[in-house]
Amino acid sequence: MLLDVQNLTTRFHTHDGEVCAVNNINFSVEAGECLGVVGESGSGKTQAFLSIMGLLAKNGSADGQVYFDGRQILGLSGNELNNLRGVEFSMIFQDPMTSLNPFMRISRQMTEVLSEHQGLSEKDAVKRSLDLLDLVGIPEAKKRFSMYPHEFSGGMRQRVMIAMALLCEPKLLIADEPTTALDVTVQAQILELIARLGSELNMATVLITHDLGVIAGLSDRVMVMYGGRIVEKAPVRDLFKQPQHPYSKGLLESMPRVDDSNNKSLYTIPGQPPDLQALPLGCAFIPRCEHAFAPCENQVPDLVKISSDRFKACHLEELP
Amino acid sequence: MNSGAQSPVKEPILSVRNIKVYFPIQTAGLFSGTIPLKAVDGVDFDLLAGETLGVVGESGCGKSTLGRGILQLLELSDGNVVWMGNNIGGLSFREMKKYRKQLQIIFQDPLASLNPRMTIGDIIAEPLTVHYPELSAEERTQQVKDMMDRVGLLPLMINRYPHEFSGGQCQRIGVARAMILKPKLIVCDEPVSALDVSIQAQIINLIKGLQEDFGLSLIFISHDLSIVRHISHRIMVLYLGNAVEVADRKRLYNNPCHPYTQALISAVPIPDPDLEKAKQRIVLQGDLPSPLNPPSGCVFRTRCPLARDLCAREKPRLQQIDPDHQVACHFWQEAQDQRII
Ligand SMILES: Nc1ncnc2c1ncn2[C@@H]1O[C@H](COP(=O)(O)OP(=O)(O)O)[C@@H](O)[C@H]1O
Ligand code: SF4
Ligand code: SF4
Ligand SMILES: [Mg+2]
Repeated sequence: MLLDVQNLTTRFHTHDGEVCAVNNINFSVEAGECLGVVGESGSGKTQAFLSIMGLLAKNGSADGQVYFDGRQILGLSGNELNNLRGVEFSMIFQDPMTSLNPFMRISRQMTEVLSEHQGLSEKDAVKRSLDLLDLVGIPEAKKRFSMYPHEFSGGMRQRVMIAMALLCEPKLLIADEPTTALDVTVQAQILELIARLGSELNMATVLITHDLGVIAGLSDRVMVMYGGRIVEKAPVRDLFKQPQHPYSKGLLESMPRVDDSNNKSLYTIPGQPPDLQALPLGCAFIPRCEHAFAPCENQVPDLVKISSDRFKACHLEELP
Repeated sequence: MNSGAQSPVKEPILSVRNIKVYFPIQTAGLFSGTIPLKAVDGVDFDLLAGETLGVVGESGCGKSTLGRGILQLLELSDGNVVWMGNNIGGLSFREMKKYRKQLQIIFQDPLASLNPRMTIGDIIAEPLTVHYPELSAEERTQQVKDMMDRVGLLPLMINRYPHEFSGGQCQRIGVARAMILKPKLIVCDEPVSALDVSIQAQIINLIKGLQEDFGLSLIFISHDLSIVRHISHRIMVLYLGNAVEVADRKRLYNNPCHPYTQALISAVPIPDPDLEKAKQRIVLQGDLPSPLNPPSGCVFRTRCPLARDLCAREKPRLQQIDPDHQVACHFWQEAQDQRII
């Protein structure tokens, strides 16, 4: 197991009380695999992984254990984390400018990382940076090496950010909505790149997205989050062919598909995403669930094993 | 033909002819002055009563500008817009007033499009206040409450403010405001793009239901080809301000003949791991060129796998290849034959 997350809980202290953004979640990532993470905005996807990276906002705090390659990393000091972040694991975001310095040429941003973390000479650092820009598909990398981030187009900037994240050959790349802001033809390029890099570099990837289509093509396993909790975990085919949690099933059914000629009314999950500060006593999905029954009202369902590699958090024995 | 919605009457309610919207852009340096950014560069189409025209394309291709240009919310640089027999192209804001009752718009960002200092009741009532000042306060409130109820908002929330609502509810408020005058045409500009997946379906069903109940015509602008397939009768694909393919829903998805349409459709991820992993995809190289400096000839040629000399020299016209199908490509037959999707 490359990443093993146990009982991770993330809380934020705000002026109107405490918000529990991630609520006691457990999951792991194997070396080389791609784990998809789906859920609506506010379901805790981003905060879960920012907690793992040690990048939470000042008013946030995380509890639990996070083992990376066997070593407990949750709560390490900033200095210790700096030796791991970008080296052992990297995270990329929807907005590339969160990881790039707007005032520094790409060349300097890249080579600095390499000399600092890998002790590479200037010449070797330049060579490795150019190789990576090449690998991520920046045409004429040499010519563009001394450009500033804003001089690249959206898709190219995303590639530069990916190249930066890969500089030290991390074992794990966490990609948070990496294509959400991109057009569909550019999204296809970036997804293809992430898939290719994963297999060529034997790097594990976590792909966080709200788009089930993106998950379907890239992931080996998927976890579905709702209201700060994991509600279902399954191999990708099983999840899509036979979702076991009413929320996963509802999400799949409510999506119009480009390969579907049907134009009848869409299935809808009624109601709104949950308010984390006013979660129901029992299952967070209860106000929107057509299967809710008595036990759902006052008992939060645990995430339990339902077969060798499937888990769900729902009181229903089996989904009709 | 168009299962689902009632079949539209064959008389265009809207005719758009060769409309252009150019924005003057200041250039600095040696050749300072202004050059035109051709956001919409000669688009034609007809819209029938009760029909939905989907408009798809990537960011910056001119979708929103086209929508606003049709409603005269932007000044046209050229072309005609004929609405129910009247040419409304170039009419002033005041002259447009009598048509505004019939022509409405819904925006992408639900919260940003609502005035934060007005109650939602006042927001929805505003068009009534402008166009039917003779209505009594009670009549107005009653109409607002009826419309709130119709779009799935609790009428008792009439005195709340926009920030108290979620994104999906704000979009319902936007829909109610657009519907309150019982318009004949609504331009929906990416109305669900900012919403969560589970809320998108609710709003799509709402818009479709209203269309069926009120016989609305819709121009549905979106970058999401799955949603557009679901909601439209006919679809126009835009690229750099030009319509490159227009076809009825069935033909566009089953038999796309423009290389760009083919690439767009093949790029959309399908929520099925088996299909998705086995799928052949046309991965276009590069990004959209700058609309300030569009390619000569065919606007798509810098990314087109079929491009050759003729494409750089001559701009392909949008030609009719079937009663319900138009394409702007010199080599559409070849594209059709080679299609991998
Ligand atoms: N600094 C913060 N202070 C308070 N709440 C926060 C802070 N950062 C995030 N949150 C809350 O944490 C919850 C989970 O957010 P997030 O992990 O970003 O969800 P997702 O990535 O699934 O959209 C949200 O309700 C969000 O508003
Ligand atoms: S626990 Fe109950 S309310 Fe929650 S998803 Fe299962 S059936 Fe629905
Ligand atoms: S005209 Fe030429 S460049 Fe344009 S789409 Fe057709 S083949 Fe491609
Ligand atoms: Mg997020």
